[in-house]
Amino acid sequence: MRRRLTAAEVWRWPLALGAVSALGLGTALVSDSVGDLIAWLALSVPVAVSVWYGARRTSG
Amino acid sequence: MAMTAETIRVWYAVHKWTSLISTLFLLMLCITGLPLIFYHEIDHALGHAVEPPERPGVTTAASLDAIVSAAEARRPGLVTQFVSRDPEEPEAWYVSLAQRVDAPEPDAFDMYDARTGEYLHDYPLEQGFMYVLYRLHLDMYAGLPGTLFLGAMGLLLVASLVSGAVVYGPFMAKLRFGTVRRGRSARLEWLDLHNLLGIATLVWVLVVGFTGVINTLSIPIFAQWQNTELAAMAAATAGDTGNAAGAAGTPSVERAVAAARAALPDAEVSFVAFPGNPFATASHFTVFMQGDTPLTSKLLTPVLVHATTGELTAVGRMPWYVSALLLSQPLHFGDYGGLPLKILWALLDLIAIVVLGSGVYLWVKKRNVSITERLAALAGRADEADYLPELRQESGT
Repeated sequence: MRRRLTAAEVWRWPLALGAVSALGLGTALVSDSVGDLIAWLALSVPVAVSVWYGARRTSG
Repeated sequence: MAMTAETIRVWYAVHKWTSLISTLFLLMLCITGLPLIFYHEIDHALGHAVEPPERPGVTTAASLDAIVSAAEARRPGLVTQFVSRDPEEPEAWYVSLAQRVDAPEPDAFDMYDARTGEYLHDYPLEQGFMYVLYRLHLDMYAGLPGTLFLGAMGLLLVASLVSGAVVYGPFMAKLRFGTVRRGRSARLEWLDLHNLLGIATLVWVLVVGFTGVINTLSIPIFAQWQNTELAAMAAATAGDTGNAAGAAGTPSVERAVAAARAALPDAEVSFVAFPGNPFATASHFTVFMQGDTPLTSKLLTPVLVHATTGELTAVGRMPWYVSALLLSQPLHFGDYGGLPLKILWALLDLIAIVVLGSGVYLWVKKRNVSITERLAALAGRADEADYLPELRQESGT
């Protein structure tokens, strides 16, 4: 049986994704050129993570 | 900080039941919302909306009074409720007309050239497939009760997201982030995908869902402002000499806009409510000004100008709940960061559809859990059982 992960191990990526998403949602609201660019990059992260891990053909 | 089995079971039950009640409506909202992200682009592609023509060298500004007169002459029986503009498209004014100035919905929405005063276009109201999608998304053709009902579904979504995030921890206690176990059982694979996509899009769905809930309160929120702050502003001016003297004069929206611009030189006109409309008073125009920074351009400042004297009566401040609503609009629509942001909105919406669909699938499958799986869970052998507290619960361990 696999070892239990610590809370930090379980939540590291979800928290990072949440923070990046929140950043992207916010920057476009307060700044146009730079803020929009940061928002595009930041909100691409949850999409990329979903596609990358969702499409990966490996078994755990 | 490990949760007890009982705590997990309760959170899991919250996740299951809030999701079960709301999923069908949330799927409808995600599917109708997908094309609505591009409503503006689709309207232009279909010719429902047009760009103002290029007029090189023309720097004149047409009189807004002349535009309103022309619009009312063109639409016998209708009166002007609002004039509005988009600061990013200053070449056009839009005139909303209805049979009564206080009608809840306009009967016509006409575009005029802000430079020449020329009639440009008639926006087709309440027509077409996109309007059907819009109404399904807004209120399912059931008016305010329908909108509030969808708001309640949005609150269930928020509860489902929070409880889903809580049970994500125990589900993932032995799995590295992003693990999708393939080839064991379809249910396990979809469970892992549901957890992965759900947690990856959690904050976006939470923000779009919660701002959607705030948007469902749009009518009550503006009614509250009208009945309190706007009413107080109107009452404060009731004794003004202008009211009596002005009765004989001619209302001028052009003058009202000029007065508001002079009072707030750094702001832009967003829209003007005509006297008698719930957004104005019986004897005033309300000129709604928006700021000139990305953030303040989403917010409004109401300026009351006496209709017939043109006297600036009051510069108001919107209360926090109106500002919250105004900021919730871009955060829900995704229309505040150009086309790339809209495309990301669409992709995240598609992922949300997969999360909702897989949630339904998992629920259906769990109701038909095979005897093999139940026995495995009872024997405590299969590590599946560790990730399926609901299975453990059913098997009584």
